[in-house]
Order: sequence, then structure tokens, then C-alpha cells
Amino acid sequence: MATANTATHSATGHDHHDHEHHDNFITKYIFSTDHKMIGKQFLVTGIFWAVIGGLLSVIFRLQLGFPEMNLEWLRPLLGGWITPDGALDPEFYLALVTMHGTIMVFFVLTAGLSGTFSNFLIPLQIGARDMASGFMNMLSYWFFFASSVIMFISLFIETGPAAGGWVVYPPLSALEQAIPGSGLGMTLWLIAMTFFIASSLLGGINYITTVINLRTKGMSFSRLPLTIWAFFLTAILGLLSFPVLFSAALLLVFDRSFGTSFYLSDIYIGGEALPNTGGSPVLYQHLFWFLGHPEVYIVLLPALGITSEIIATNSRKPIFGYKAMIISMLGITILAFIVWAHHMYVSGMNPFLGSIFMFLTLIIAIPSAVKVFNYLTTLWRGNLIFTPGMLFSIGLVSFFISGGLTGIFLGNSAIDIQLHDTYFVVAHFHLVMGSASFFGLLAGVYHWFPKMFGRMMDARLGYIHFWLTFIGVYLVFFPMHYIGIAGFPRRYYSWTGFEWTNMYTDLNMFVSLAAIITFAAQFIFLFNFFYSMYRGRVASLNPWRSNTLEWTTPLHPGHGNWPGEIPAVYRWPYDYSKPGAKEDFIPQTVPLSATPESNLPHEQELVKLEKEIMADEEADLVANESKQV
Amino acid sequence: MYGFLIAVGILLLLSIIWMVYRIQTLVSVMKGSDKKVATGSNKVNAFMFVLFLVLGGGLMFWYSIKEFDNYNLPLASEHGAVTDQLFWVTMAVTGIVFIITHVLLFWFPYKYQYSENRRASFYPENNKLEVIWTVVPAIVLALLVIGGWKAWSDITAPAPENSHVVEIMGYQFAWEVRYAGMDNILGDNDYRLTSASNVSGVDFTDKNALDDFMSPVVVIPKGEPVLFKIRARDVLHSVFAPHMRLKMDAVPGMPTRFWFTATKTTEEMRAELNDPEFVYEIACTEICGRGHFSMRKEIRVVEPDEFRKWMAEQKPYIVNNPSLVADLPEELKELAEITISEHK
Repeated sequence: MATANTATHSATGHDHHDHEHHDNFITKYIFSTDHKMIGKQFLVTGIFWAVIGGLLSVIFRLQLGFPEMNLEWLRPLLGGWITPDGALDPEFYLALVTMHGTIMVFFVLTAGLSGTFSNFLIPLQIGARDMASGFMNMLSYWFFFASSVIMFISLFIETGPAAGGWVVYPPLSALEQAIPGSGLGMTLWLIAMTFFIASSLLGGINYITTVINLRTKGMSFSRLPLTIWAFFLTAILGLLSFPVLFSAALLLVFDRSFGTSFYLSDIYIGGEALPNTGGSPVLYQHLFWFLGHPEVYIVLLPALGITSEIIATNSRKPIFGYKAMIISMLGITILAFIVWAHHMYVSGMNPFLGSIFMFLTLIIAIPSAVKVFNYLTTLWRGNLIFTPGMLFSIGLVSFFISGGLTGIFLGNSAIDIQLHDTYFVVAHFHLVMGSASFFGLLAGVYHWFPKMFGRMMDARLGYIHFWLTFIGVYLVFFPMHYIGIAGFPRRYYSWTGFEWTNMYTDLNMFVSLAAIITFAAQFIFLFNFFYSMYRGRVASLNPWRSNTLEWTTPLHPGHGNWPGEIPAVYRWPYDYSKPGAKEDFIPQTVPLSATPESNLPHEQELVKLEKEIMADEEADLVANESKQV
Repeated sequence: MYGFLIAVGILLLLSIIWMVYRIQTLVSVMKGSDKKVATGSNKVNAFMFVLFLVLGGGLMFWYSIKEFDNYNLPLASEHGAVTDQLFWVTMAVTGIVFIITHVLLFWFPYKYQYSENRRASFYPENNKLEVIWTVVPAIVLALLVIGGWKAWSDITAPAPENSHVVEIMGYQFAWEVRYAGMDNILGDNDYRLTSASNVSGVDFTDKNALDDFMSPVVVIPKGEPVLFKIRARDVLHSVFAPHMRLKMDAVPGMPTRFWFTATKTTEEMRAELNDPEFVYEIACTEICGRGHFSMRKEIRVVEPDEFRKWMAEQKPYIVNNPSLVADLPEELKELAEITISEHK
């Protein structure tokens, strides 16, 4: 137990609450250094991007589901990207796919998810006044904001945004002659991503530092909620892998603008042979996926952490296998760095590497499986309350299973030969990474909305939103498995050019319809979110009867989170339905000595130790008080 | 006018939804259900999971069986039989896990839905269980990996000596197919030699190039190994022959390869599928620009005899493009002229 710094801790805590904050509009809502406000800023920006990203997908789904449709009515919005005969321009189609991917992966599921919940929850759940560096945290948001502005502008330029797929493989992304999106659009993409990486790093360093250094008294690593473990490991992943993406982007900038040949070699395009020789496009793929694969877990781990917390709370049961959950997350974190080349089995890299990466990839399925079994066992013999957050968490587990299992096909290099870059892959990652993380995000919003805004979201609208979205997501992505097994390649503007893909027009139409309905259903959430922010029922202090520290703060916690002392922690966060206890939950702040009726034998032994420590602290406190007076 | 009516209709619909929403909120406040831990909705949600399981599962089985012949692509290569088998074995294993986990995931919410009279059981850990569900998946995955690894090693092993060499070069937005000719050795190429009459940038100072010929269709023999030498001259492309279970990126500056053996001629496949129009196709599966979706090439699989006959009929590229060899050094020029005259 952390007792060494007890005295200083309580002393600084004391200072803090004496000092009143007088915020004006700008310091409170715009250039705020309060982690809670920064979290909300990330959330609202993330929601904005989610709507844009979703809208882009609806436009290209119109093309795929209804290729004959006259899109003239989109001309006011898309202008010249609608061809004179009312169809979508094929290059703009690729731009839509690219921007949909970029926006969803980075701006929604990385910044919108990690940015929101790491910022909002880390200090609240570990018992800290704020992040280690509030200023860096503010910078993190504003770098993200700058990145967002640049990426948004790139949507409207004449040559269109980047269009080489979200992975922006060179040479396509390096050569303007190859596709107009690789001109200014790609330049803006690279600048925006540079800002984004800076933002991620500023945030990540802060999360790691805060978790290591600012835990409250008694909050040992073995008492951290799984959310914090997940955010912590996510930040480590990001910190180690985003710089590699930056290096990849930097070399690409050099190739594009300064005539180097890192990725370019032997190219004849637009009627001329380029001077570049000796570069390798595969080098870019290695660098990109060295971030790209950990990125999958950067997106997924926070969602899994959030789910662990919500499922335990609403099952009124401890999360099953707390330690196993941590170990499996650690395993995923480490393995995430050594599986990247499974995206490249047929890229032309040495097939021996393919064998190695196949073994490593399938190993990462094991901790994932452990997590699923632990979720199931947590539900088993629980007393389940279906709050919207709980529904979305169960939905997440379902997507995690469905999408995770198809990963076993794709991780196997022999099977991947046929499935690579087909709709099977699209189905796989949209379920396991896209939808699962998205559900984690939604679950988190529903669950922590009362803490964010002091009001409740409407539960019934939440139920309707859940069922429409859950069923909708399956109707969109499940059929894609069939389309993928049939060998339909992804990023195709149209499939009528080939005999073997000249079918499934009905299924594609169905998928498009389901996508549009699912997208429309998100407006229920948007309404619920913004309406409840101002007009929702006022929340009680601990509406879900949860154990974690954030629910011990006031309804509207000020900057500093707790008036007065930061509460100390005496137990792990999952004492739900403990035999002997009066209530079916015991918050982390309740000392073991206060609950002799429910203590387990080994905990009973700790009571004496705990009492001694508390007595010491009391003495320190008194000493400090007298010094100050 | 229609636009106006639609707008009014939408407005009306929204206001009705709004009314319903307000009324149900007020009703729930009146009933005091916001004070309860779990309302009647809890039962509905619990039931919905079971309903979803039954209906969703039913739909999945029905569609998977009904559509099997549509999504199960005909197979025409030797290694494809192995990878297809791996695919279906994996499907069986993951299918079982999929069904069991989902039955539990959706049945537990129904079975253990909230009741005031019951308490959840405090069951924080069981190391034996953790070990079991770590070790069992590990073993199953190991078996799957070993199968995959064997297949992968065989597929990516060096091509047999007697393979027929075919070069496939991708560019925006088509494929160029070059045969190695009677010597079965492709001539060198250099991208700087690319021109309108020499699309593949063949280097004719290499005498192996003199008998190389182009073909608008990929013609290959049944039952004999074929080696695709794959490259690209502008951006990344990827050769995908779905019926051959073949895919390999075409990378500018880095030649790649994939060898395989076709097992059914186009005619045989037509008879089998009862589809006289059937053709084997090649498509591009690496995003490459505007025409990515239209890079089609046909593969024609024929009997070995027919293939040899076809090969003998083909004229070297230089026969129809003698200007390409005009600047060659004396020695080679002579050789080239002999080749040309032989085929005239």
C-alpha cells in the first residue's frame, strides 16, 4: 500500500480546496485545463466527426447499393463530384472511402474514445485533482482541433481529399499523376495527421504519468479499475507506435516534395519515367502497420476497459478474473507490436516472414478469447440491470466475438490469400474494431453522462437506440461475410465489370438500406445527448450504485474534483454483492474495518494493518493542521 | 409542391414522436419508475436478447444454406483445394465457438435478469477455469496454425523447374501479359524503356526477349505448373484470380511471384456449372486509382496439347514491331532478324 507520501498528499489537497477558481467563459469552456472539460471537448468533436464519417459512408453505400440511382440531388453538396449524368465520380468514391476510414479510425475511435474517457475518467477514478500536466492536456486537445480543421478543409478542396485508402500506400499517395487526391488533399492529410500524432503523444504521456504518479492513497495498481488499466496500456501502445507512423509520414513527405526515393522505384507514369530508384513501397507498409496494428488495440482496449467496468457494475458482480483480465490486456499490448505484418501476407514480402507473423497473430487470439470467457462468466449468475450502457456493453462483447473469430481466418496466411482485401476483411474489422469500439464509446457515454453533465440520459430512447443500432450493425456487416467469401474486392466503385462479381445486387442494396437506417438511428442518440444535457432529469450522486471513486465527487465536480480531501481507497473496485454486506455494493472508499460482516478471511487480517495506517495518517494530518495554523 | 408536402409530413412525424416521448417521460415520473433499480423495461430487454438470438440465428442458418452455391466460388487450382479445406475447417471450429458463446451471451441476460429477491453470486475468480480457457484455445489455434503453415510453405515454395512462365504487369488501369516464348525465359525489362510500342519496357538487348510475346488473354495449360511473375510499373496493384485462389501484389521496383496448377479447363468448368458464358478472371485488389474496379483480364485454361499448339502459333512481339530491334548491336540484330523471318 502506498503510504509513504501520505502526509504531502493530504497537505496539497488541503491547499487546493481553499483556493477558489474564478473561470471566465474562455478559460472554462475553450482553453480549459480541467481534464473533465477537455474530455467533453474531445467527446463533442468526436461526435461531430462521427456524423461526418457516417455521412460519407452513406454516400458511398448509395453508390454500392443503388448504382443506377440518379444522384443529381447531391450536386448542391458535392458539386463537380457528381458527373453530368448524375453518377458519383469514381475518384471521389475512393476519396469518400479514404476519408471515412481516416475519420473513423483516428478522429472518432482514437481521439473521440481515448481522448474522451482517458481524460475524463483517469483523474476521477484514480483519485487525482487533474492530469499531471493540465496545460499539456489542453495542448493535446488543441492540436487535435487544429488537425480536425485541416482535415475538414481537405474535404472541400478542388482536387478532393486524399483518395489512396486510409492506409495511403505509396506510390499512389505519393504521385499526383496517379490520382488527383494525392495532390493538395494528401498534403493536407499528412499535415493533419502530424498534428494528430502530436496530440496523441501529448495526451498519452499525460495519461501514463498521471496513472503512475497521481493515484490516491491506497490506490495500488492491483486496485485500479479495469478502465484505468485499459487506458494506461492504450496510452503506452500509442506512445510507442504513433512516432513510427510519424516517421512513415515524414519519409512520404520527403518522397512527395523533396525528390527522395524511400518508397519509390522504377515508376513510369503519365508518359514519363520517374528518376526514383531503389525505394520500396513495402517499407512504407511495414512502417505504417507498425502503428496500424497497435492502432487496432488503441481503439479497442479502452472500449474493453469501459465494458468491463459497466458489465461488472450492472451485473452486480465482481468482474470475473480481474487479474486474468489485466494479464490478457498486458498480453495484447505486447503482442500488438509483433503482429503487424499479417496485413501484408500477399504484399510480396518474404513468405518466411508470413509464417512467423501467422504464429504470432494467432497467439494474440488467446488473450482475446480469455477476455470473452471472463465477460460471459461475469454475466453468469449475476443480477443484471439493462441500463443503456449495459446493453451496449453486451453488444460490444457480441461484436468482439463475431469479428474476433473471423480474425482467425485472416490471421492464417494460407486462407488470407483468398480473403485478403475482400469484403470479408471489411466485415471483420468493422465488427471487431469499428462497431465494438463504437459500442464501447456509446456505452461509456450512457454510463458516465450523469457524471459529465449531472443529468440522466433518457433510458427508453437509449433502449430504442441500442436495438436499432445493434440489429442494424449486424444487418450491415454480417452479409458482407458472404460477399467476401464470394471474393468481392474492397474499394470497388462497381462490381458489374466482372463475371464472378456480377451478382448480389440485392444483398448490396439490403446492406445499403440497413446502413442508412442505422445511421438515421444515431440521431436518436444525438437528440438524447444534447437534450438531456440541458433538460434531462437531474442525476443522483451514484445513479448506478457503483464502487468507483468518480461517484464520490459532487454532482458537478469543480476543477479539482473533490472539495476537501481526496478520498483514500481501501479495497478493489469490484466488491459487488459481497456475501454478508447489507447493500449489493461497497464503494472503494469504505475501509475494510467498517465491514467486518462481509470481509473475506484474508481481508480480515488486513484490517489491523489498515487501522494502524489510518492512525498514523490521522497523526500526520493533525500535525499538518497545526503547522498551517 | 411535393417538397413542401414532404417537409410538412416530416414535421408532423417529428412532433408526434416528440409528444410520445414527453408523455412517456411524464408517465414514468408519475409512476415513480425512475426511483426503481430496474423497471419493466428490464424484462423487455432481457427478452429481446433471446428473441435476437433465435431470429438472428435462424436468419443466419437459412441464408447460409440457401445461398451456399452463390457465395462458394468454384475452385480450379491444386493449392486452392488445400486452402479451401483450411477455410472450412476453420469455419467449423469458429462456428461452434460462435454459436456456443452467443447462446450463452444472449441467454444469460434472460436467465439472470434483475430480481429484487435475488443477489448476484460473489464469484471473483477461478484460476482453474482461466487455465482451461487459455490452454484449450491455445491448442486449437496451434492446430489451425500448423495446418496453415504447411499449406503456406508449400504454396510459397519455389516454383517447379518446368513451370510455364507468364509475366503479368499491372499499370493504370490494365494488365499486360507477356509469355517467355519457346525458351521459357523472360527477357529483362527496364522501366525507362517503356514507350507506346513497348508497354512492358522489355529490354531487347537481352536475347531472351526476342522470342517473348504478348497476349490479350492469359492462356495456361491444365495440370501443369504455371509461374506468374508479377510486377507493376506505376502504383501498387494486386493480381487476384479468385477461382485459382491466387493473390499477389504487384509492386513497382520489386518483382513478385506466385505459382499454381490449374485443375479444370475453362470448358470443363463451363460444363460443370452449366454456364456457357463462364470465364476465369483476374481482378485488381490493391487500390490503384480511378479505374481500380475495372482491371479485368481473362484466364483461359486449356488442355496441355491445346496449350502447346497455341504457344507455337504465337508470334514474338518483335515480329509485328520490328522498329524495337532497329537499334540493337549487330550480333543481336542478326538474331532478331532471323526470328522475325522465321515467323513471317
